[in-house]
Amino acid sequence: MQARKKYVLLALCACCWLLLFYWGGLQERLLGLLTLTRRPGEVLRPWPDWLDRALLPPYAELGELQLGGGPGESPRQRRQTWAGVYKGSRCRMETCFDFSRCRGREGFRVYVYPPEKGDRVSESYRKILTSVTESRYYTADPREACLFVLGIDTLDRDQLSAQFVPDVDDRIRGYPLWNDGRNHVIFNLYSGTWPNYTEDLGFRVGQAILAKASLNVEHFRPGFDVSIPLFSKEHPQKGGERGWLLRNTVPPRRKHLLMFKGKRYLTGIGSDTRNALHHIHNGKDIVSLTTCRHGKDWEKHKDARCDHDNQEYERFDYQELLHNSTFCLVPRGRRLGSFRFLESLQAACIPVLLSNGWELPFSEVIQWNQAVIEGDERLLLQVPSTVRAVGFDRVLALRQRTQMLWEAYFSSVDKIVLTTLEIIKDRVYSHISRNKFMWNSLPGGLLILPEYSTHLAHYPFYYLNLGISPGQEFTAVIHATSPLVSQSQPIMKLLQVVSKSKYCSQIIIVWNSEKPPPPRSKWPPMPVPLTVTDGRRKTSSRFLPHVAIETEAVLSLEEDTVLLTNEVNFAFNVWRSFPERIVGYPPRSHFWDPVKKVWGYTSKWTNEYSIVLTGAAFYHRYYHHLFSQYLPSSLRTMVDRMSNCEDILMNFLVSSATHLPPIKVAQRKQYKDVPVPQSTKTAPWANPEHFSQRQECVNAFASWFGYMPLVHSQFRLDPVLFKDHVSVLRKRYKDLERA
Amino acid sequence: MCASVKYSSRGPALIPRMKTKHRIYYITLFSVVLLGLIATGMFQFWPHSIESTAEWSLDRRSVHDAPLVRLPLSSPIPERGDLSCRMHTCFDVYRCGYNPKNRIKVYIYPLQRFVDEVGVPISSTGLSREYNDLLSAISDSDFYTDDVNRACLLIPSIDVLNQNSLRIRETAQALAMLPRWDKGVNHLLFNMLPGGPPDYNTALDVPRDRALLAGGGFSTWTYRQGYDVSIPVYSPLSAEVDLPERQPGPRRYFILSSQTAIHREYRVELERLKEENGEALLLLDKCSNLSQGMASARKRCYKGQVYDYPQILQESSFCVVLRGARLGQATLSDVLQAGCVPVIMADSYILPFSEVLDWKRASVVIPEEKLPEMYTILKSIPHRQVEEMQRQARWFWEAYFRSMKTIGLTTLQIINDRIYPYAARTYEQWNNPPVVKWSSVNNPLFLPLIPPRSPGFTAVVLTYDRIESLFRVITEISKVPSLAKLLVVWNNQNKSPPEESLWPKVAVPLKVVRTKENKLSNRFFPFDEIETEAVLAIDDDIIMLTSDELQFGYEVWREFPDRLVGYPGRLHLWDHEMGKWKYESEWTNEVSMVLTGAAFYHKYFNYLYTYKMPGDIKNWVDAHMNCEDIAMNFLVANITGKAPIKVTPRKKFKCPECTAIDGLSLDQTHMVERSECINKFASVFGTMPLKVVEHRADPVLYKDDFPEKLKSFPNIGSL
Repeated sequence: MQARKKYVLLALCACCWLLLFYWGGLQERLLGLLTLTRRPGEVLRPWPDWLDRALLPPYAELGELQLGGGPGESPRQRRQTWAGVYKGSRCRMETCFDFSRCRGREGFRVYVYPPEKGDRVSESYRKILTSVTESRYYTADPREACLFVLGIDTLDRDQLSAQFVPDVDDRIRGYPLWNDGRNHVIFNLYSGTWPNYTEDLGFRVGQAILAKASLNVEHFRPGFDVSIPLFSKEHPQKGGERGWLLRNTVPPRRKHLLMFKGKRYLTGIGSDTRNALHHIHNGKDIVSLTTCRHGKDWEKHKDARCDHDNQEYERFDYQELLHNSTFCLVPRGRRLGSFRFLESLQAACIPVLLSNGWELPFSEVIQWNQAVIEGDERLLLQVPSTVRAVGFDRVLALRQRTQMLWEAYFSSVDKIVLTTLEIIKDRVYSHISRNKFMWNSLPGGLLILPEYSTHLAHYPFYYLNLGISPGQEFTAVIHATSPLVSQSQPIMKLLQVVSKSKYCSQIIIVWNSEKPPPPRSKWPPMPVPLTVTDGRRKTSSRFLPHVAIETEAVLSLEEDTVLLTNEVNFAFNVWRSFPERIVGYPPRSHFWDPVKKVWGYTSKWTNEYSIVLTGAAFYHRYYHHLFSQYLPSSLRTMVDRMSNCEDILMNFLVSSATHLPPIKVAQRKQYKDVPVPQSTKTAPWANPEHFSQRQECVNAFASWFGYMPLVHSQFRLDPVLFKDHVSVLRKRYKDLERA
Repeated sequence: MCASVKYSSRGPALIPRMKTKHRIYYITLFSVVLLGLIATGMFQFWPHSIESTAEWSLDRRSVHDAPLVRLPLSSPIPERGDLSCRMHTCFDVYRCGYNPKNRIKVYIYPLQRFVDEVGVPISSTGLSREYNDLLSAISDSDFYTDDVNRACLLIPSIDVLNQNSLRIRETAQALAMLPRWDKGVNHLLFNMLPGGPPDYNTALDVPRDRALLAGGGFSTWTYRQGYDVSIPVYSPLSAEVDLPERQPGPRRYFILSSQTAIHREYRVELERLKEENGEALLLLDKCSNLSQGMASARKRCYKGQVYDYPQILQESSFCVVLRGARLGQATLSDVLQAGCVPVIMADSYILPFSEVLDWKRASVVIPEEKLPEMYTILKSIPHRQVEEMQRQARWFWEAYFRSMKTIGLTTLQIINDRIYPYAARTYEQWNNPPVVKWSSVNNPLFLPLIPPRSPGFTAVVLTYDRIESLFRVITEISKVPSLAKLLVVWNNQNKSPPEESLWPKVAVPLKVVRTKENKLSNRFFPFDEIETEAVLAIDDDIIMLTSDELQFGYEVWREFPDRLVGYPGRLHLWDHEMGKWKYESEWTNEVSMVLTGAAFYHKYFNYLYTYKMPGDIKNWVDAHMNCEDIAMNFLVANITGKAPIKVTPRKKFKCPECTAIDGLSLDQTHMVERSECINKFASVFGTMPLKVVEHRADPVLYKDDFPEKLKSFPNIGSL
């Protein structure tokens, strides 16, 4: 009997062993399936290499292909049929936009309907309207307008909201210019209402372009609507806060890997995602906190988690989490977009989007996959491993890009509105528009004016990205205000000095004197071409985009500037290393006066500077264009009225584009106690009023920009052997050292 | 398992003790069970090989050997195709899974020949040459899998490239017959010629449920953005004609129109333009009286003069691509191949691969209505830009249009980028031609930031055993206001660092790291102890730098956080006689390197140096115990495209290059070795990344006639 037991035992053992063998094998197979890796030795069965491959027929005969389907129907007819068919939800620029309105002499002009009596306009909409009316595209005359913006507040179309404006349909239909919405832009932040928050605005949009937040891809009319970000009513009108990233820490990981703090919807639309977010919370590097406490009747829907979650929720501060997390979850709310998106963008907390079907803000021009992680609501549980796998370099790049985008397009209502207008403008003048690269690299699309050029190499910002270096020549633009009376005037000396530089290719004199310019024969003979243009006695005309300027570099000069050829040469070589900045000689500085609470301006010798005078400075010719096109005419008029401050304004402009200070280079000192090279006693800066004007300018400019763009620098650039104890013969720029 | 082995080995000894009857019974039972198990085991493990030998052993077969499938008349037809489909609604991401390579897997259905009930094939051509090329290319790529269960994307082998050769209803039925069709989810169809006469739909008319469509000739109304992929119409001339890339330079014609089927209204407009602008325009048409045997597709005529097509395209700066009845035109491919800038006039057309390609840099898109203004518009484009566009056009053709393979793989890559957006290729990767990729830089620290002063910097002192000098350096550095931490890298394995009590007393934390090997690279290791971004690399004998100079260096670094900011500067020169690079340490007017015996830089570069140094440079430096600073200069200049910044005037440095190699004086051999380094590194980098500049940074008021005590950095340049 015992033997029998042993046999049974033996058999059992064998069975177990075999079973193990099996299961092991199975597991291995399952594992292989999961990791999608192939077991070694297994051969991939490829698409067969057919014996009669060469005999296969072509997919189409060459003749048929070149015919392209034949000439087709009459284009004129087709366009007419389209206009009739593709309306409403199938609108496109080709069918729902009247391009002929934008063909006028004025080009792209935007008209804003005047507000009507008794209209309540929300804070945010008021800001939007201000942005449009203060933009350079605004016109008060509807006849020359290409685009129309409604005066009725359409931002909040939630019927339950206090800001809801009723009877929009009837009112807009009464507008003689409405024309079924053609060439109109309708701004909207909230549409639909509880419980399903549809995209319905509650009135017929018709052929109007929707600039709407939380747009769904299914309702989005590509190339026609514009998706804008959701912003709060506290969002600043101008300037706006800078991004929170102050430095690129390495390793780039912050305390928390991923964070979320927000509402958990127990029911209704959006609850699928919001109700699952707590699953990824691990209390260590992933913090995902939800609360049920929102709405009036939350306790009715309350579940078992609520109390515990609510308690945990209070333990963390949202702002602190924003600062200390590498990634921030941006799940959909009731609607697709949320405030969270802009908040994390500003905080340099890389947004991880969980909002399926959301047409991202300005998606037509912004490459979002370089700044955010686009997750999928269905794959919430994969998010932790996904973000964990994002490499060090990528985090660094994503994070910097959030800041770039925030500052270029989102930090103020002005920027959001202008971006919307520029996107539409780019469509209208499609052959003079910005390409994707311009939109997605520093300094951002708003500072690129395609009318200047659509060629990347014509801008000061892209040399390194294109792998090219700035040109070897410059154009000198001399601003002359006093009549020519003698051949010993400083301007004569200046002309000689500048024309002697081997890098100088042409000289332009902007004649701003009351007397007419002297004949050509009065000017000294020079090795480079000389042009005299009429400045019409406007100070700002020195920065006009003169067509004659053919080189990238401009050397801006005042008629009484005293320089050496070597100083010019050295500064030009420095400029070629910093083509996006102003490179000049005499520095100035701004400071904050905490007592008067205004910006101050100083010409005293200080250890740092934020302005270099454009009486003698190199910069890229594109800034001429920006100066006269990008800046509002009000600032230019101010400059002309005072005949002052044009140099400060130029410094503001360049620093706002680069976020960097100008560069001061070495200059020979002529006078022991006067820092500025100057000549006559009638010089404008001898006047005390001149100085207070400049102070006034700094404040006026800062308020237009909405912030203080000037940045301080503490160094100047000297030739490598400047004042070193070596033989003068060794030095290339020896005459810079002569006192 | 062990137990069973033990028992079975003892088994035979037990057997004689049993009754014979039982024994035979048990042995039989046992062996039957065992054999059965083994047999099933075998089956479990090798089922595929059995299957595959049956199906795939014939490596080379004819297309006509593919199995025939008869479609029943009543077999189901898929739905029309849902215009609202998007990745998040119609695509099953779960099939793609999370995978470390971020690559989708693509399955191709085996070839079948579908016929209807009476035996008529569903397509007049069957498998076309192009579709076969496409499928083999996919099969050869690393997207491919032969296991349908692992596949994320499925590609039917039913050829629908040209709708004209299809029977629409039957093709649809055939699609629905596919074993994994399942409403077309995750299926991808390739179609280049959609629609048919007379109204030419802009998307494939075959009902296809939720399948994705890679189509040529989408219009904005049929294209499901983010779901479909717009592909080019492949031109077989790409393979037939070899057009070498044309060098930039003037071309004979300004605008060329080569299409043969242009609508009369447009031809009238073009002719009017020609009248106005004369020779700059060339309007070609098909040849009416070609002699027999000449391929009319390869010839174009103007007033009896015959031109070779597509060669003539190379003679023009711009080439017109007008829509015909179809939006997608094969001409576009020919034009790009010729490096001619396409002037695309096809309203509502979704350009090929427009999801990733920036067409504004390679073409001019003009609304059809503006055809009369074409000449003025094109004339306003600067000459240099036209040349760049020509290069870009040619590059698009080479990378994305050239063959069915590039078209197919680009399509898959686009879908791949959507499924793994966090691993998507960048704009630069898609759009920059190789020559730009090579010469341009992608600065990893591209954001213009001036970091705050407060975190200060970490001084990393590399030392071997010069303790006295080391202590002096430490004492000197500790006077610098912004110093946050001192890190001594103790590179001597044979000697322990001195006891804690012997070290100079400093106000900041001082930490000593002992290294495992005496390597120069150790100084650039990204130690966790470095908590600031700014690192000051300093040798243990640099005692001549004043605290003002160091503080000023840090301030300058803050304004240039992506550069090396150092004290002694050096230069590389091209030696014309020897035909190679030369190292220069004399008093030069230019600088292209700064020595890392005393230099500030971003900690990021420590990572780059340690983990991303190209080639064998790192080992080379460690083996030669020299040139680690040159390597660092190369690395930083190569990735940022910027020159280093030399700060403050020249001082008497006691041969700073010699610090690593003790005892060796600044002699000829040393210079020769450094020159060798430059040549070696330049060959590894494949280019000379160093940039030469003529400037150095001094404090604003340096040497100015100004009270010294009011200057921020008075003590600069003292010897």
